[in-house]
Amino acid sequence: MAETLLTINELVKQYGDKVILNGMNLEVHRGEVIVVVGPSGCGKSTLLRCINALEPIQGGEIRLGDEKIVYGSKNLSSIRQHIGMVFQSYDLFPHLTVIDNILLAPTKVQKRNKAEATEEAMQLLDRVGLRDKAKSYPRELSGGQKQRVAIVRALIMHPEILLFDEVTAALDPEMVREVLDVIVGLAQENKTMIIVTHEMSFAKAVADRVIFLDEGHIVEESSPDVFFEHPETERAQQFLNTFEFTPVKHPAQN
Amino acid sequence: MPDLGLEVLFKGTNMLRLLGGLGVALKISLIAVAISIPLGILLGSLMTWKNPVARAILRLYLETVRIMPQLVLLFLVYFGTTRWFGWNLSGELASIIVFVFWGAAEMSDLVRGALISIPRHQYESAEVLGLNKVQTYVFVIIPQTVRRLIPLSINLITRMIKTTSLILMIGVIEAMKVGQQIIEANRMSSPNAAFGIYLAVFFLYFIACWPISLLAGYLERRWKN
Ligand SMILES: Nc1ncnc2c1ncn2[C@@H]1O[C@H](COP(=O)(O)OP(=O)(O)OP(=O)(O)O)[C@@H](O)[C@H]1O
Ligand SMILES: [Mg+2]
Repeated sequence: MAETLLTINELVKQYGDKVILNGMNLEVHRGEVIVVVGPSGCGKSTLLRCINALEPIQGGEIRLGDEKIVYGSKNLSSIRQHIGMVFQSYDLFPHLTVIDNILLAPTKVQKRNKAEATEEAMQLLDRVGLRDKAKSYPRELSGGQKQRVAIVRALIMHPEILLFDEVTAALDPEMVREVLDVIVGLAQENKTMIIVTHEMSFAKAVADRVIFLDEGHIVEESSPDVFFEHPETERAQQFLNTFEFTPVKHPAQN
Repeated sequence: MPDLGLEVLFKGTNMLRLLGGLGVALKISLIAVAISIPLGILLGSLMTWKNPVARAILRLYLETVRIMPQLVLLFLVYFGTTRWFGWNLSGELASIIVFVFWGAAEMSDLVRGALISIPRHQYESAEVLGLNKVQTYVFVIIPQTVRRLIPLSINLITRMIKTTSLILMIGVIEAMKVGQQIIEANRMSSPNAAFGIYLAVFFLYFIACWPISLLAGYLERRWKN
């Protein structure tokens, strides 16, 4: 098996007295795609936020390679360059054009040459079908286009791992596909990713491993085939049932 | 055509005197603006800090200024300081003090509003890309704050210019006062002068404020997100 890229060891996360993650363990290997599912409020977003040190943690440790990720520490900026993240809400910078949104971090944080970074940005935009939007402002884009730009903005940093938090949850259904297709493409390139999603058939298609999170723990962890067809635990079964509808009009035809 | 008394405007140096009066009004408001905007930015940023004592004091200050009519403030500072401290402030200085007191309060509220209207996600998206605190403010937060702030503060400037029409009450010879003097001096020869003169004052204020309002509107449209 490939080397371990991200290690989460006995992670404890509380908000006040409320325990959200209670001694969670996870190892993510290079090139692996992990899909995290679970009921609303179980801590999926919180997990991703902890990995990126947007939240202080109350116990355990998180490491990227050999480096420990510590909330508020001095070297966070350099670690975060290796972790790309896209949120559910459209979070482009509204005062910058698409291309300037993408170039901000490579030129200011990584101090890369602007011409070279621009060329790469255009290639990436091309890849997500948005080359002609480079000079547009975020307000001129649809939700799906904004999320594709947000993905490009993360990719140009050449992160070692990408975190996606329900990036299609706020989109109109007809725009979901164009965004998920981009992520499928990344999976084909063997990018390492942790994806939180409620799109089950997408999860089935891209995941190497599905993690079912509930009540602060990983309740079930298996390959997508096993998880979606024959979940081992009752709770996972119940969770999956919430996505199913039984025909009520023409039961005979089924 | 009814006699509007417009001929009085062109008698002697009347027009020039009115312009001079407007000049005084503009001078006072611009000095006040120049002081209250940076002061307001400072106070407004302090208001977004966590310190509860500083926040309570600033809140009290803001509410006081809001509740008090500007005329009362002018009287308080102009006559009050003479009575209580024996100071002899000139009308202009008293006006500037009141306008700064008022302008800084309004400005601080605008700044606070602009700062807290930037969603948390903007800070986090910048952080997640590896920008440090300073870079986050310089490239992401401040540009957005300024865009929200400039049209609002330009409106504040026009309000300050207009409010200078009150300072004749503490003896400052600005456009309104000059107008009154002219009307008074021509009461016998042109009893209708009041209309013409106030019309002229109206246009003077209009000419001073309108371009500023247009600019505010333009910037607002241009930076609309
Ligand atoms: N800043 C916060 N302060 C206090 N509690 C919080 C905070 N953020 C999240 N929580 C709580 O932590 C729990 C986990 O939240 P989280 O957003 O991680 O859930 P989630 O699994 O992402 O849910 P969803 O599927 O709805 O996005 C929730 O009960 C939530 O109310
Ligand atoms: Mg969530």
